[in-house]
Amino acid sequence: MTDINLNDLLRTYRSHPYEDIPVSTPHTGIVTLKAHEGQEVKGPGGPWLNRPGTLLYLLERERNVKKMSAPCGGTVAAVRQDLDSTFVEAGTTVLSIRHHLGKEEIIDRILTHVLFIFPAPQRARYYFPPEVAASIEKAQGKDVTIKSGDESVIMSLMKRDTFLSYDGPSGVIYKVYFSPGAIVEEKAPLLGICPHDKLEYVRKVVQRIRTEWEE
Amino acid sequence: MLDRGKRLKEFADRVQYLMDVKGGADWGSLNELLDEIRFIQQSIYDLTEAEVFREIERIEERITFLEIRAADLLTPAEIVNIVRSPQRFTLTDILENVYDSYTELGGMGECNVDPAVLTARATITRRVKNRLYRHQVMVIGHEKGRGEEYRNGGCAKPWGNAKALRYMKVAETEGIPIHFYIFTPGSYPTEDYPGAAQQIARNIYAMARLKVPMVSFISEGGSGGAEAVGLSDMRIMSSRGYYSVISPEGAAAIEGKIREGEKVPRELLEHCAAQLHMTAEDNLRLGTIDRVVTEPPLGARREDYSFFHRLRYEMIRATDEVVLKTKSFRAFRAYALKAQALEKDVPEDFEVLVNWDLTELEVERLLELRSQKYRAMGRGGYVEGKTGGIPVLGKAKELASSGFYELKYGLLRPHQRNVQKVIEDVTGESSVFLRKVTGPVRAAYEFVFPAPEHPVPKRPMEGGEERSVFREEWETYVSPLANEDGTVTCPNAQKYGCLDLWIPDLYGEFSGVCPTCGHHFPLEYHWYLEHLFDKGSVREFNHHIHSANPLAFEGFDARLEKDIKRTGRRSSMITCDARVDGIKLVVSMLFGDFRNGTVGSAEGEKFVRACDRARTTRRPLLAYIHTTGGIRIHEGTLGVTQMPKCTLAVREYIESGGLYIVVYDNNSYAGPVASFLGCSPYQFAIRSSRIGFAGPRVIRETTGQDVPPDYHSAKNALRRGHIQGIWDRREFRKNLLDALMTMGGSNLYYK
Repeated sequence: MTDINLNDLLRTYRSHPYEDIPVSTPHTGIVTLKAHEGQEVKGPGGPWLNRPGTLLYLLERERNVKKMSAPCGGTVAAVRQDLDSTFVEAGTTVLSIRHHLGKEEIIDRILTHVLFIFPAPQRARYYFPPEVAASIEKAQGKDVTIKSGDESVIMSLMKRDTFLSYDGPSGVIYKVYFSPGAIVEEKAPLLGICPHDKLEYVRKVVQRIRTEWEE
Repeated sequence: MLDRGKRLKEFADRVQYLMDVKGGADWGSLNELLDEIRFIQQSIYDLTEAEVFREIERIEERITFLEIRAADLLTPAEIVNIVRSPQRFTLTDILENVYDSYTELGGMGECNVDPAVLTARATITRRVKNRLYRHQVMVIGHEKGRGEEYRNGGCAKPWGNAKALRYMKVAETEGIPIHFYIFTPGSYPTEDYPGAAQQIARNIYAMARLKVPMVSFISEGGSGGAEAVGLSDMRIMSSRGYYSVISPEGAAAIEGKIREGEKVPRELLEHCAAQLHMTAEDNLRLGTIDRVVTEPPLGARREDYSFFHRLRYEMIRATDEVVLKTKSFRAFRAYALKAQALEKDVPEDFEVLVNWDLTELEVERLLELRSQKYRAMGRGGYVEGKTGGIPVLGKAKELASSGFYELKYGLLRPHQRNVQKVIEDVTGESSVFLRKVTGPVRAAYEFVFPAPEHPVPKRPMEGGEERSVFREEWETYVSPLANEDGTVTCPNAQKYGCLDLWIPDLYGEFSGVCPTCGHHFPLEYHWYLEHLFDKGSVREFNHHIHSANPLAFEGFDARLEKDIKRTGRRSSMITCDARVDGIKLVVSMLFGDFRNGTVGSAEGEKFVRACDRARTTRRPLLAYIHTTGGIRIHEGTLGVTQMPKCTLAVREYIESGGLYIVVYDNNSYAGPVASFLGCSPYQFAIRSSRIGFAGPRVIRETTGQDVPPDYHSAKNALRRGHIQGIWDRREFRKNLLDALMTMGGSNLYYK
C-alpha cells in the first residue's frame, strides 16, 4: 500500500479506461486468423462461464485443430496478419484485446493500489478460521478489524491445514477476494485491508466512482 | 335476468373452450361471437326481455352448431388442446363427484410435499338391489387445477412421486385397491434427491408386485410421468385424452430439428401429434390400454356430471373385473359383468356385489396376470426373424434347458448345500469339543514342529485352470479409433493442464483415458465386448428380434434401414451369454450407434428374454449401457410400455435371487433410466459418463432454468445417491468380478 493521490489515479483511468490483453499461442502450431482488427468480441458467457467467447484464431498442431476464443470482451487490436497460415512458436502474441474497463473493474484496480493486499503464498484452497468466519458473519456487512499477528486465513494444501498470520498494518477487512474452499492461484489477492484512518476516504472515493463513472 | 346473465357467462365459457380446442379464434369467427356475447352482457339491462331472449336463442344455436362442427373432425393436436384446456375436469373434480367422501393425505392444497401429486383415502359407493355398499380405495394421481399457480401443471417432482409410492404401500398394508388418475404432461425434470428418473424407477418397481388390485385412468399421459403412477391391472382412458411417449412439441422439435427458443410450426406440430398415435382409439388398438371411457364429443368439463357418473361406474367395474379374474369361479362373475358392459347407458344399480379383498392365493394370481399382461405389451412392435431352427424344437430346447437348470441348481444344489451345512455344523461342534482335548497337545506339537506357511489357495476356475484377475488377455483388439495419426486435446486441459494426447496412444495403450486427469474419451461398444469378457466367451442370442416401424412413422423406415446398414445390427440392444473369469453371466447391452441407443419394442422384448434366461440359468445379469437416448419416440406408447414391461421382468429376476448390475457409460437418459435401469440396487457408472432424466435443453425449456455443465455427471449422480460407485474403464473387468463375487442373491449358480 502506498500513499497515492486518488484523484490522479482516477484521472489516469478516465483518460485510458482500457486494458490491453495480449492473446498468445499456448503452444506451437499453424495459426489461422478468424478475427479482424476492430472487431468487437465477447468473453466466456453463461452463468458458469461455460459458453466460450468469440473465436479469435485456430491453432493446428499434429492435425489437432484447436479453437482459440476470446478470454474477455473488448475490441480486437494489433492483429499480426503476417502470422496467418504460418507456423508459430509457443507464446507468440497473435493479437490483443482492448478490454473496456467497467465500473467495478476500475474500483477493483484502484483498491489494489489503496488497500494493503494480503496475497496467497501458494496455489491452494483457502478458508477463514472459524472465529474470523463467525465475526464476519456476525458483523453482517459492518467492519471487521484485523491486526498484525492475527490468524487470518487457513491454507489447505495436500490435506494439511496451515494457519496464516496476518503481517500488515492493522485495519478493516475491506474486501475478500476469495471464496472459501476455492483454489486460489499463487500471489493472487486474498484480503484487502484498509487502515482505520483511510477508511472514510476510500469509501468516499468508491462512492464517487460508483455515482460519477460513465460506462 | 340473473339466469340470463349466467347463461351468457356459460356461452362465453363455451366459446372460450372452442378457442382452446381449435388453437385460436380464427376458426368459425369465434372472436366475433365472443364480442357479441360480451356486448349483450354489458347491455343486458338496456335491451328488452324479448330482445335478450331472442339473442340468447340465436347465440346458443350458433354455438351448438359450431360445437358439432368442431367435434366432427377432431385432429390429435386438437385432442391435446382439449386435455390442456383449463376447463377440463381435474382430479379434485373426480374426487368430489365420483367418490362419496375423501381425505387428502400427504398435504392439502399448497401445504404439500408436492401439490402436483394428490393422494387421498376415498370411499366409493355402489348400489345393488337398492342397497348401498361402500368400498375403501386409495386414490393417487396428478392435480393440475384448483390452484394452478402452485400445481406446476401436474408435473410431479421426485418427492411427489415418492409420496405416491408411500401411499401405495399404505394401500398394500391395508389391502385396499388403488385408483390412479393420470393428468400429467410429464415429470418435473430435476436430479435433486431422490431424482426424477430414479424415483419413477422405484415406483414402477414397487407397482410391479404390489399386492392389491390397481386401476389407472388416463386423461393426460405424458410418458415417464404417467408411468410413475401408471402400472396397473386395468388401464382405462378417457376418449378425449392422450397417452404419448413425448409431447407433440417435443417430438416436433426433434423431428424438425428446431433450434432452442424457436417456435414449432403448427403444421409440424399437427403432423407429429398424428404420427405419435396418442389418442384413446390408437392406444386401444395398440393394446397399451384396456378400455375407453366415452366422453362428450368435445371432451368432459368440470360440470359434466353425467361423465362423472359414467366414470364412477367404469372405475367400480374395472376394479371388479381385476378382482374377479383372480377368483376361481370367475367365469360366471365375468359373464355377469360382461352382460352389464353391453348396456349403452350407465345403469344405476350393479347386479352383483364384488368383495375387493383378496386371499393370498388370489394375490398370487393377480401378480401372475399382471406379469402376463405387461409381457404381452408391444409384441406387435418388433419383427421376429428366422432363427434358422425349427420353432417347435426351439420350444422343446427351452423347456429342456429350463428343466436341466431346475434339476441342477433348483433341486440338487439346495440338497447339496443342506448336506454341506450339516457337515459344517457337525464339524464345528465336534471341533470345539475336540479342541479342548487336543488343544494342548497340538500346541506343543506345533511348537516343536512349526508348520510351513501355505499360500492362500486361489479359487479354482472352470476346467481346473487357475487364472489371475489381472492377467491381460486383450492384446489383440485395438480400437479402430487408434488408427488416426494425430493428437487430440483433453476437454479438461485448461483446468488440469493435460497435455495433448497422441491418438494411437490414447485409444491403444491408454484405453481412451487421459493419463493426466483421468477423463474417459468415448470408445465403441466392441471394445467392451472384447475386453470385458473372457476371450471367445461372448455368444449372442435373440439376434433374430428386429426393430420395426409399428406406427408407420413417416420417414422412419428409411432411417432404420440406414442404421441397419451402418451398424450391421437390427436393434440397439445386444443380448449375449458371456464369461468373466470363468463366471457365466447374461449381458444386455444398449449401444448408441443404432438409433442413439433408444429402447423400442424389440429392445424391450430382448431385455425381458435376457432376464428370463438369467433367471432360468441362475446367472447374474449385467446391463451395460453404452449409451441410451431414452424411449424411441417413433414407436409411441408401444415404446413407453417397455418401461413397466422390462421393470416387471427384472423384478421377477431379482426376486428369484439373482444379481442385477447396471453399468452406465457415455450418456444415459430418460425412460430406460427411469425404469428397468434405475430400479437396480447396484448401479455403477464409468468415469466421465452422464446420467439423468432429461437433457439440459429439455430442462431449460420445461423449467426455465439453466443447469450447470456438470449437472448430469457421474460424480454428481453419485453425490445424489443415484448410483453406487464410479468405475474406471481399465478396472471395469476387475470391479465387475468383485461385484459378481460379493453381491447378489442366493440363487446364483456359483454361490
